[in-house]
Amino acid sequence: MDNNVMHAKDLQQTSFNQKIIKFGVKFLAYLFLCTMALIVLFPFYWMIISSLKSLAEYRLNVPTFWPKKIIWYNYVEAFNAANLGKLFVNTMIVGVASTLLSLVITVLSAFAFARLEFKGRDTMFTLLLATMMIPGELFTITNYTTVTQLNWMNTYTVLIVPFLVSVFYIFLLRQNFLQIPNELYLAAKVDGTSDLKYLWKVMVPLALPTLISITILKMMGAWNSYMWPRLVANDEAHRLITNGLRNAFTTTTGDVNYPVQMAAVALVSAPLFLVFIFLRKYIMAGVSRSGIKG
Amino acid sequence: MVDNKQQWKAWLYLSPAIVLLLVFTVWPIFNTVRMSLLENYSGLKAAGGAVFEFGIGNFQKVVEYKRFKECLTNTVLLCVLTVPISTLLALLIAVTLNSIKPLQKLLQTIFFLPYVTNSIAIGMVFAAMFNIIGLRPDGVTADTWGIINNVIQFFGGKPVNWVNQGSQYWANMTVMVVYIVWNALPFKILVLLGGLQSINKQYYDAAKVDGTSRKRVFTRITVPLLSPMLAYVIITGFIGGFKEYSSIVGIFGETMGPPDAAGRLNTMVGFIYDALSTNSQGRASAAALILFAIILAVTLFNNMVIKKHTHY
Repeated sequence: MDNNVMHAKDLQQTSFNQKIIKFGVKFLAYLFLCTMALIVLFPFYWMIISSLKSLAEYRLNVPTFWPKKIIWYNYVEAFNAANLGKLFVNTMIVGVASTLLSLVITVLSAFAFARLEFKGRDTMFTLLLATMMIPGELFTITNYTTVTQLNWMNTYTVLIVPFLVSVFYIFLLRQNFLQIPNELYLAAKVDGTSDLKYLWKVMVPLALPTLISITILKMMGAWNSYMWPRLVANDEAHRLITNGLRNAFTTTTGDVNYPVQMAAVALVSAPLFLVFIFLRKYIMAGVSRSGIKG
Repeated sequence: MVDNKQQWKAWLYLSPAIVLLLVFTVWPIFNTVRMSLLENYSGLKAAGGAVFEFGIGNFQKVVEYKRFKECLTNTVLLCVLTVPISTLLALLIAVTLNSIKPLQKLLQTIFFLPYVTNSIAIGMVFAAMFNIIGLRPDGVTADTWGIINNVIQFFGGKPVNWVNQGSQYWANMTVMVVYIVWNALPFKILVLLGGLQSINKQYYDAAKVDGTSRKRVFTRITVPLLSPMLAYVIITGFIGGFKEYSSIVGIFGETMGPPDAAGRLNTMVGFIYDALSTNSQGRASAAALILFAIILAVTLFNNMVIKKHTHY
């Protein structure tokens, strides 16, 4: 009898201990995740509050974690200093044009690889995939000469045309097209529907999520591209946003007017965040399959 | 008949892609090999009608350059430091994230945020955080140490000259590693969390019934079943690491180093662009082919190691 009571007490004790351990583990998990989240967010926070401080406040010996006086004018100054208006327009022109053209080319190629039968299809597809392993810089060296000879220097064309075909996007869309049952295609053929109409009315709507992912990644690519635009179109009229930002604020260390610089960085980052907030699902779906930025 | 029509149509649909690929992808591959094998090839001189001898001099010269060795060292060092750190950290975050329910979606979104940024723009923010504020070019009068040094001082440490005039190489490298890891985390967390969520719950239930310890569950179930995803993030991490360039431009600007040590942090890709900008296409091509060979070798090596340890 006595023994039994002891036993029950012991059991209660262990289950209580287990609960404590479980709670402790959960607590540590949240503590770790929240600390990491704060570290990840800190640069964004620092960018925003710095962009709203006066230069004098930014240079205080003991930093303030919220501006004493909010200086919106930094944003006006940044916008003018970097000529951001013109840069935004240029980047939008290049981004929209290259995305639209790229989508058309990608859809047509993916359709051919997924639905049509032709000699050498699989060999060609494998060769295409093999080119994905080659670092882009290897192409840049020759492409630089090619676009010079074509007289494309300092035009929108040079920023759009060389990168219209992305093997990865063709691959992605082909996989998606392959999931659409072939019976649909054959039925459409029997009804006398043309290929293009079938492509537009059936396949494109069914593959819409992939197409949206491609669109976003392509636009982000235009927004973030740096090296190629710097080489071939670094004139006032065609300069893109990333180059404009880098050119306007050449020094990053030392005696710099950081509030204005941070305001410019915030302005350049803002559209990306807006797109992210509204289209998070598509970006994450596209990115997890690509591993590439833009 | 139908077959022939399909052939014809397929090539028609493929024609825009094929034309562009021939000009901007296929031709460059052959041309790069060609230029790398012509002694001292220069696009400018070639346009003027110069003829170049055949030989492997470009490769020899590139490898002998002191600059090239520095670039290679920097690139390898950044890869070796950032890939393991970011992979381990991402694994830890993904596993922890997978174990909680409330706030999971919110935290997942926060961890993905650095991905949707411009690496040059946010590099400028990191530069500002590590900078010694108001340091004049003569390096004498500084207003304050800057936020990172403030934090270090708060915890009783000594402030460090991270990125300014007169800073040490290891300090510069530390900043780069911090920034690159911060930048690399989102993609890795996304992929690893996706992998974790697709692991069949039955394995864990079985382990629970057997009373398996947490550690054992992690090393015997989670890691093996996650290994294809781990392999994927490690390989893409190395490929990305060998092409590192714009993150350094983001922090140090085009000088690729602190003001008094320009080019000290230059990478392989930076070396190629430098050669290109002096119209030494022969050297640039040789360096690009060396970079390609390294990436290929590292990928194959990774594949070999991973095949041994991966469970599909």
